[in-house]
Amino acid sequence: MLARVDPSTLAKTPSRFNSPDGRWVGVTARVSVMIYNTSLLKRDQLPTSAMDLADPKWSGRIGIAGSETDFQPIVTSIARTYGEQAALHWLEAVKANAGGHDYPDNETLTAQVNGGQVALGIINQYYWYRERAQVGAGAMHSAIAYFAPHDVGYVVDVSGAGILSSSTHQAAAQRFLAFLTSVQGQEIIAHSDSFEYPIASGVTTAEPETPFDELEPNSITVAELGTGAEAIELLQEAQLL
Amino acid sequence: MTDGAVDPKRRPGVRRLPPLLTAGAVLVSVVVLLPLVFLVVQAVQVGWSQLHRLLFRHLTTMLVWDTVSLVVVVTVLCAALGTLAAWFVERTDLPCRRLFAILVVIPLGVPDFVVSFGWRAIFPSIGGFWAAVLVMTLAVYPLVFLPVAASLRAADPAQEEVARSLGLGRVRTFLTVTVGQARMAIFGGALLVGLVVLAEFGAFEILGYQTLTTEIYNEFQVGFNEPAACALSVILVLLGGLLLASEDAVRGHGRTSRVGAGAARRNRPVPLGRGRPAVLTGAVLLVVLALGVPVGAIIYLMVQGGNSTLPPASLLIATGNTFAYAAAAGVVATLAALPIALLSVRHARPRVIALQRTNMLVLAVPGLVIALSFTYLTEHFLQGRFYQTSPLLVLVYAIMFFPLAVVSVRAAVARSPVGLEEVGSSLGVRRRSVLWRVTLPLIGPGLGAAFALVFLETATELTATLVLHPTNVETLATQFWAYQSNLSYSQAAPYAGVMVLIAAVPGYVLGRWFDRQPERAALAGVPAPAPGPTTLVAA
Repeated sequence: MLARVDPSTLAKTPSRFNSPDGRWVGVTARVSVMIYNTSLLKRDQLPTSAMDLADPKWSGRIGIAGSETDFQPIVTSIARTYGEQAALHWLEAVKANAGGHDYPDNETLTAQVNGGQVALGIINQYYWYRERAQVGAGAMHSAIAYFAPHDVGYVVDVSGAGILSSSTHQAAAQRFLAFLTSVQGQEIIAHSDSFEYPIASGVTTAEPETPFDELEPNSITVAELGTGAEAIELLQEAQLL
Repeated sequence: MTDGAVDPKRRPGVRRLPPLLTAGAVLVSVVVLLPLVFLVVQAVQVGWSQLHRLLFRHLTTMLVWDTVSLVVVVTVLCAALGTLAAWFVERTDLPCRRLFAILVVIPLGVPDFVVSFGWRAIFPSIGGFWAAVLVMTLAVYPLVFLPVAASLRAADPAQEEVARSLGLGRVRTFLTVTVGQARMAIFGGALLVGLVVLAEFGAFEILGYQTLTTEIYNEFQVGFNEPAACALSVILVLLGGLLLASEDAVRGHGRTSRVGAGAARRNRPVPLGRGRPAVLTGAVLLVVLALGVPVGAIIYLMVQGGNSTLPPASLLIATGNTFAYAAAAGVVATLAALPIALLSVRHARPRVIALQRTNMLVLAVPGLVIALSFTYLTEHFLQGRFYQTSPLLVLVYAIMFFPLAVVSVRAAVARSPVGLEEVGSSLGVRRRSVLWRVTLPLIGPGLGAAFALVFLETATELTATLVLHPTNVETLATQFWAYQSNLSYSQAAPYAGVMVLIAAVPGYVLGRWFDRQPERAALAGVPAPAPGPTTLVAA
């Protein structure tokens, strides 16, 4: 379905963030974090591992966006570390803890935690920054926090770009991918409202995000995250999809 | 229905079915039924074992329960609210009732997802079952109000007077005689409400309430899970079919007609007496909740302003695209409706009527399912050609709103006297010329009405548009949805505002027109059309 990306374009992004068979190139990265409402929770009350969210003590206090694609990498990561059965039990427990706080997307989850309708949730970091850009720092009643270093819920995932084999504009598309991963393209991303991490051509993000190289995610690779098919099946089994 | 259908005894056996019209009608029917065909093809391909796994699981049971209970509660509430509102507006001395007759109809033009958006913007924590009930009831009760109001106006007041004179109280008279007279109108409106709730996506997605339709969208969007989307679509279409079939069942019992024209006259308004302030408060409240909240929210959000992390978009271009799609869909649907409408009125044989009724099956298929079945068609049989192109999107709109076009064109054909065509023929004009020179000018207004209805529905369509719109073409609905999904409410508001304007202004005109039409007919001594469900589709 996807055509091969020019090797020179692939070379601009560290190979661990590219498709293993060169069908797409990594453009930006995002990291899973906790978002918590600062009037409902203190920082020292936060869990250190995503696995803790299955604890009944979080019943009614956590929100999820179970049908959101950003949720799947965490499920895949748990299944890789603890096995499918454990991942399924985790999903079922988290679903029970979330109760009515299963939202259609991370934007809603972020807004609901920020508004105090629910205390804690897992999102990707950029949703929080986007919310702040939209409502203004004065209206933020939430903060983000990381799981313990290398925790199973501390996952870096990649936003990539590829070219359909059926496209009739192959050359133009290749040029666009080259631009996306160039210094110029990555600088645009770094200073945009996307708040994802640039990962190509050595460009780094602007403040105030935690610098990308200071993150301590677990070791799951883009190849292991795969298409999310296993996660989708688990989500279906847990009746979240 | 006063179809004015051709007397079957007229020149028996002489008029054979016109081949060109027949071919056109059959071709159109095949295209209209394609989504159903491909749903079946896809289900067969998915296979029973996988369907079994996807259908008989807890989530499906939950979704069916959540969907059906919502349909039942909203339908019952709409039936009650619509009927009561119609009675107060039509039959009592409610102050400013002509104004209310229009104000309570306008919400019909406001897209359901905009009503939902308005409530959510003002009350951010609103959500769940009762929020969905509230929003849908406020958004669609006019589907019951319109036909019931028409039916009440056309009904003979003598029956109520007889009931009162025989000692029945006012409430019992209302419940037995008045509601009894409007029974078919209430059922017809309620049927439409049920179908709308089954098909609704945007309003529930905003409120975070999962139904079969929202879940189908999610399954499709998350990992393009076609088998799961297909399995749930089958259930959804079966539920829609069940609703349609219930119309037949209800229609079969009892009669609402009578022999004799009765006395055509105005009803004397029932004095509300001491209840007047309470009823007036209720009417004002209804208008505030159904119209005031969404419109107020849009204005408030636009005035308030705010930042968005999404790039700015052009309201003008989106409006242009929406108009272009809506106009194209209106033309295609109206032209497509012409053959079957002409045939079913002028050549009302059992086979033709069966064909026409088969077309109406598409009413049971939500827009999302139609869009997904065409996605499947293009992917598996056309190597992806036509997928997310404007022609396919227009075709899908035309299929979705085909029943609306048929009903309008049919009504117009039925109203144009066949005698004029025969005069034309007897003067030596060939049949095809008769069609161009006599029939089409006569049914012109009906064609206009069909076009307008399809135009309006298309302009505010969200779900199929999201699935099939070309990547670089944004419409009012898709751009609204992009901003809304990003919670950029202030940026979404103008798009919602334009959709409300496009739809509500004609809604106002419709309200005025509907308000006068049957009364004029009644005063002129012409029997008003019995408001059966098929006439209601036009409302």
